[in-house]
Parts: sequence; C-alpha cells; structure tokens
Amino acid sequence: MGAIFKREMKAYFTSPIAYIFITAFFLYTGNYFVNINMAYGSTDTTYIFTSVFTIMMILIPLMTMRLFSEEKKQRTDQGLLTAPVSLGGIVAGKFFAALCVFLCAISVYIPILVVLHTLAGTLEWATIFGTITALILLGASFISIGIFVSSLTESQIVAAIVSFVIIMFFYMLDLLAGNVSNEFLSSIMKGLAFYTRYTEFASGIFNIGSIVYFLSAIFIFNFLTVRVLEKRRWAD
Amino acid sequence: MIEVRNLTKQYGSKKAVDNISFTVNDGEILGFLGPNGAGKSTTMNMLTGYISSTSGEALINGINILDEPMKAKKEIGYLPEIPPLYLDMTVKEYLNFVYELKKCSLPRKAHLEDVCGLVKITDVYDRVIRNLSKGYKQRVGLASALIGNPPILILDEPTVGLDPKQIIEIRTLIKKLGKKHTVILSSHILSEIQAVCDRVIIINKGKIAADDTTENLTENITADSRLIMRIDGNREEILKLIKTVPGVISVNGDMEREPGIYDYEIEVKEGCDIRRELFKRIVARNWVILGMKKDEMSLEDIFLKITMGSDVKISVKKSDEKAEKSDIVDEADSAGPEKAEETAEAPAENEETKKEEEE
Repeated sequence: MGAIFKREMKAYFTSPIAYIFITAFFLYTGNYFVNINMAYGSTDTTYIFTSVFTIMMILIPLMTMRLFSEEKKQRTDQGLLTAPVSLGGIVAGKFFAALCVFLCAISVYIPILVVLHTLAGTLEWATIFGTITALILLGASFISIGIFVSSLTESQIVAAIVSFVIIMFFYMLDLLAGNVSNEFLSSIMKGLAFYTRYTEFASGIFNIGSIVYFLSAIFIFNFLTVRVLEKRRWAD
Repeated sequence: MIEVRNLTKQYGSKKAVDNISFTVNDGEILGFLGPNGAGKSTTMNMLTGYISSTSGEALINGINILDEPMKAKKEIGYLPEIPPLYLDMTVKEYLNFVYELKKCSLPRKAHLEDVCGLVKITDVYDRVIRNLSKGYKQRVGLASALIGNPPILILDEPTVGLDPKQIIEIRTLIKKLGKKHTVILSSHILSEIQAVCDRVIIINKGKIAADDTTENLTENITADSRLIMRIDGNREEILKLIKTVPGVISVNGDMEREPGIYDYEIEVKEGCDIRRELFKRIVARNWVILGMKKDEMSLEDIFLKITMGSDVKISVKKSDEKAEKSDIVDEADSAGPEKAEETAEAPAENEETKKEEEE
C-alpha cells in the first residue's frame, strides 16, 4: 500500500493535475470568501463551506478518473496484480493518495479561518470543525465513487463523466424527492442525498447518522472496487 | 520449482488453455513456444496469479498461487508481454517503486545498482521512461522482474523490440540467470529458444504438443541423417567419389557457394557415419574440405511440423524456402512437394552439366 500511495502522490504532483485541482479550489473558495465574507463583513462560514459542494462534484471525478483506467490501458495493472500486494492494499493506496490531494485543496480554509478569526475575534469553532469533518468525509465518498468508476473502464473520459453523473445523481436525489408522492420512497431518497446531509453540518447540526452514512459510502465503493479487480481475474 | 497440474482456462466456450501439466525443476530454463494465440501468455498469467485458472492448479515452490497468492507472488519475477512501466516516472523512481511494492529486504542501493548493471540500464537511470527506446523499456521491465532476486523468473517474450546486439546480450543474461533461477521464457523467435533453453514446451491451441529437451526434440524428429560438405575440387570427380563411399544413398552437388566451389548434400543410410571415410578419401585425392556438418532439423522445422503438420499449403511454401536455402533437411513435408522439387532440380542439373561440358 505504501509504495502505491507514494507513487500516486508523485504522479499527482509531477503532473499538473494536483496543482490545477488545488488552484481551482483556492480560486473558487477564495472568490466566495472575498465577495461574501469580506464584502459584507460577515463571519458566517456557512456559505463558504456549502458552495464548495459544486466544485467538488466537478473536480473530484477529474482527479480520480486516471487512477485505475490508466493502469488498465497501459497494462501496468499487470505489474501491480502480480506483485505481493493485496487488492485492498492497492485500492487503499490510491484512495489515500487522492484524499491527500483533496486535503491539500481544502487547506484553503486555514488562511480564511485565520483571517476571520482575527477580524471577528471569535468564531463558532464547534460548527466549523463539524463541517470540516463532514467535508473531508464527503470528499472521501466522492473519491471512492470516482475510483470505483475508474476501475470499470479503460477510458479516463468515460470514468470522469460517469463518476460525475453518479455524484450528480446523489446530489439531485434531494430535489427529485420533492416530486415523489410516496412518502416512504421520498424519505429514502432524502436519506441518500449527499447535499442535505452535508449542509446540515454547515448550519451547526452534528448528525452522527450522516457521519455513519458517509463512512458507509466510502467503505462500500472501495469494497466494490476491490470486487471489480477480483472479478477481472476470474473473468471467463 | 514450478508444478502445473491440469491447468485449464476457459473463456466462454473457448478453452484458451486446455488441461496442461508440466514441471519445471530448479535451475532449469524452460522455453515456451507456440504460434500467436496458442495460450502462452494465458498460461504465464495464470502462473503469476494475474488471472485465475478455471480448473487445475499451479504450485510455485510448493505454494498454490490461488490459495496463498501473496506468498507465491514473492517467489516470482514476472515480465509480461508489455512491460508494466509507468511512463511518467524515471527509471530510478520506477525501480524504487517496484522495490517497495515487492517489499524487498535486500540493501536497496546496492541491489538496485546490481540489477541495473545486469541489464545495462545504468546510463539511463535518471531518465523518464516515456523517453526511452523500446529496447531500454524492455530492459527496465526485465530489471523490475529481477528486483528482490526471486527464485523464479517468468519472462514473456523478453527480447521483443531489441536490436540484434541487445538480443544477444539479453540471451546471455538469461542464460546466466538460469544458473541461479528457474526460468520460464516464452518466445516466437525459435532460434532464441534453441539458443537459451534446456527444455522446450510447444503449445498449440491451448494444449502441449511437445515437451522435451531441445536436443532430443531435434534428434528424435530427424530420422535420416544428411551430411553437408563444401569441397574445393573438380565437381564431377567429387560426385563420383562420394557415390562410391559405402552408406551413401544419394548426393546432390548443384549449390555453388563460392566461385567454383560446391556444397554437396549427401544422404546417408540411417546409423551410418561416413565422415571419417569420406575425409580420408577426399584428402587422398588432394582436394580441400572447406566445411562439413551434419544437417539437423532446426527447431523451426519441428515447430512447424508439430503445430501445422497437416497444413499442406504451409508445407509447400516451406519447401520452396528450403529450395532456396537448401541447407536444412525438410522432414516435415509430405512426399508430394519433395518429389516435385527433385524433378524440378533434375533438368537444372543437366543443363548445368551440359554448360560445363561445352566450356
């Protein structure tokens, strides 16, 4: 796992991908910070945390699309799968590398929060830490989805688009639920929606259920990726 | 040691590998030979745990690759058909990555230097793999298989894309490695297998068509022996002389190899060794023997015979080639084309004789 993690980190940072990803994140969040917090002198952090959902939806699939599809295309998976490493280790290595790049990107909140803290003197730290926890878990869920889709195809573009569609679907579930008259179905759809669960944290509600939900999503999609790799070996 | 028992891989209704069994002993270099699509790579992929087998088992030093994959994979160094190289890394980074991936415990710097020295990639150590030539990429792949000094090496067409000098280097290297490692090598270059391997397995349509030492395979199939000699002297008289030697069935001397010097193809009765007798008689006449060799069937002939034996079209085409080269006995052909060849040669010979007489 360690070797794969190191190699993926190197690949992210020797190619422009990580830099573009991080820069885009900084620009996007910085823009909201300047135009809302600075312009109106507000210390409300809700908006800078919730707005980030949209750009994550677009950027994370672009970051994860390469992870397995490229291996398959270049036949480098043959090297990994014949080395004494477990499939779980391979998936974990790639997952944590992508997660690290994501953590670098959300480090944008450190200067923002420092500035807000100095200006306002006090911030709702409980809410902020809750939101950051949820944000990391949300990012990790998106990454697991992206990795899973990437393991299904040889084409990076297909991987990116399909991951985006799946994440979009989980996002839209919330809106779609409003149109469903069956209450049971509607509640399931709402329960599965990423967006509501995430925004709850930003408004100060720390829902353990949502934490469990995100963790389950991460586990399930990473597990499915392992299954895909396993299945390919048994293909007949 | 590698033990393969009744290994089968089925893709849908097609059996890519069909119930093959063989054993490779320690320190043996085994050649895998077969036409494209015969199941060589599939077998190798099953041995290395890249794909699973439908039935049967493969034991790597006694460890079943499916039961204990991690342990078994540690025993193997694998070079797949397309070396699994990350093009965005430098050779140094890549080999370090493989070193860590294989969880090596050997002293890192010394070991990597050793491996690079062996496959001669030290001069490109700091270059990005993307920019390397095919030959260098192949050698980096070979280096990655060697990392960790695995007792078993499985090399899928290791010399593809190399220039002739590099091919010879890699062959020498494989031979050297074969002293310490157990090696399985696949190739479609037949001379390579002949040059490097102790033993050959010919695979055709997923089945083992032959499994023997290179020499045995060559000897067994060549029943009649044929002698090829290059003699400097009067052609007519030489032909006459050779015919008088006991044991000679026929002689053919229409191949002018050097100006005025002919090659004589002598067909000898089975079990007769006429070389000494012939030598004495020729020397007694003050002619000079420039070359003499027993013509053995090359692995190429055996290969074609085994894999395509019944295919008449191919054997006809092959006999044409033989007519041009004329230094390889062609046992694989049916009697038909050979006779045709003989009759075609006869008038040519006569014409030549006439010409000479005129001169």
